[in-house]
Amino acid sequence: MRRKDFPILNQKIAGKNLIYLDTAASAQKPQVVINAIQNYYQQNNANIHRGIHTLSERATQAFEQARKVIQKFINAQHDYEIIFTSGATESINLAACSLGRLLEAGDEIIVSTLEHHSNIVPWQMVCEQVGMQLRVIPLLEEGVLDLKAYAELFNNRTRLVALCHVSHVLGTINPIKEMIEMAHQHHAAVLIDGAQAVSHLPVDVQDLDCDFYAFSGQKLYGPSGIGVLYGKSSWLKKMPPYKTGGGMIRRVSFAKTEYADLPAKFEAGTPHISGAIGLGAAVEFVQEVGFTEIMQHENELMSYLLEQLKQLTAAQVLKASRPQKGVVSIIIPEVHPHDIATILNNDAIAVRAGNHCAMPLMERLGASATLRISLGMYNNQQEIDQLIVSLKEGLKLFQRGGNV
Amino acid sequence: MSDLRDLYQELILDHSRLPRNFGKLEQANGVQEGFNPLCGDRVIIYVCHSEGKILQAQFEGCGCAISMASASLMTEALKDKTLEQIVALFTDFHTLVTQGVVSEPNHLDKLTVLAGVAEYPMRVKCATLPWHTALAALKIQTTQRSSII
Repeated sequence: MRRKDFPILNQKIAGKNLIYLDTAASAQKPQVVINAIQNYYQQNNANIHRGIHTLSERATQAFEQARKVIQKFINAQHDYEIIFTSGATESINLAACSLGRLLEAGDEIIVSTLEHHSNIVPWQMVCEQVGMQLRVIPLLEEGVLDLKAYAELFNNRTRLVALCHVSHVLGTINPIKEMIEMAHQHHAAVLIDGAQAVSHLPVDVQDLDCDFYAFSGQKLYGPSGIGVLYGKSSWLKKMPPYKTGGGMIRRVSFAKTEYADLPAKFEAGTPHISGAIGLGAAVEFVQEVGFTEIMQHENELMSYLLEQLKQLTAAQVLKASRPQKGVVSIIIPEVHPHDIATILNNDAIAVRAGNHCAMPLMERLGASATLRISLGMYNNQQEIDQLIVSLKEGLKLFQRGGNV
Repeated sequence: MSDLRDLYQELILDHSRLPRNFGKLEQANGVQEGFNPLCGDRVIIYVCHSEGKILQAQFEGCGCAISMASASLMTEALKDKTLEQIVALFTDFHTLVTQGVVSEPNHLDKLTVLAGVAEYPMRVKCATLPWHTALAALKIQTTQRSSII
């Protein structure tokens, strides 16, 4: 689907057609995104919000237009609720550092077993600094979070829940609307890590009623080094800045500094202007294709992949919610995922192997690493067929007489 | 792209399936854990040495075929070597797995089977993890950089 829009896919590696199944790490970029970045540097490059000259006006206009595009994409109420960051990791760090200054010793934060390190470590650090407690939602055998246990984690000191929308290891979709509602009943704010969700399903932050929503550009067919933190304006207004410097001030004297209004308060320094413009173009591209089409195609492809993986009788496919989004993790006994990834790379198939920056989840799964196959809108059934052929063939090397 | 069989030679597969000197060494006087957080490979190297000479080396751990085979082959190679010999051996081994060739391959013996790793730069750390860990267990400083211990 829309494969021709992605020039990088039209290449051979060592004589074999590239098969890219690592979109969950970084999606490939459509030509319109590449063009937007090139056009910015060829025609409009200048610093934003500062210059009086035409190029600065154009750059500022394009940058702020991208913010509006993203606002509409996730249905934020105001464009100034969209804070540009370097990616989901920085988005969560921003929220954690800033909110940490509003929290007190004895307060509690809830995270889940499914989280990426980037949605664990920032909160852990805040907990250590402030003297707070981190509590964890357990994972059930079925690859979904234990909602009963979640309900029991709350008490009158719970201040925040930090939770992924879609698991980057299992592909489980968390029932976040329900989980957000429960948190709000306990007067706790909710940050959603949407890095693995925004390219696969429509997100409406007002409908979800989340307080914060973080995502990265590079997983959304946009550039790397750019990301977004959405925050409800009521929260962002009372939160202190997370980094300081140029652009985020209203008035500076050695006696006192007054901070700028949103979103500038959180965007000190020259931002990744071309990245924001590229992300805006990526979002417009995704909207043009439409989530109806994307979801239908990706759901069909995921079903096909799960069905075809059954041919590998030795492989254990890690359980996830139904439907499953974007990624499948497998473990093959006796063969380490890194060796499988090397085998597949020999057939120009790109997958991810490792602990996926989720060591607590790996410990829960009892695995040191998994092989992760991830899908994007451009993948097709022929690629899955080739993956299965390469897996079968490659595993023969390791499993002499084995039943693969 | 080179043939996978150059990387996964039979000797490597054999040592990864049936690692030699695997298990805790009770009388060890040098122990070190090595971990590569990027891929999750983990080894614990046990060495028993006396008067600058290795009497026995063993390991525990889990990881890819390359890391496990490298650890297994290394424990065989370390036995009866002096600390000076080990430093020289590691220097040549490092050259082997990063460049694919070494001027005097003879003293590397079976370790030369890991030469294919040089074709796969992302896998070099798999082969060198046990070595960096063993050198740390022996408190030997090297010029090769390691971020995994």
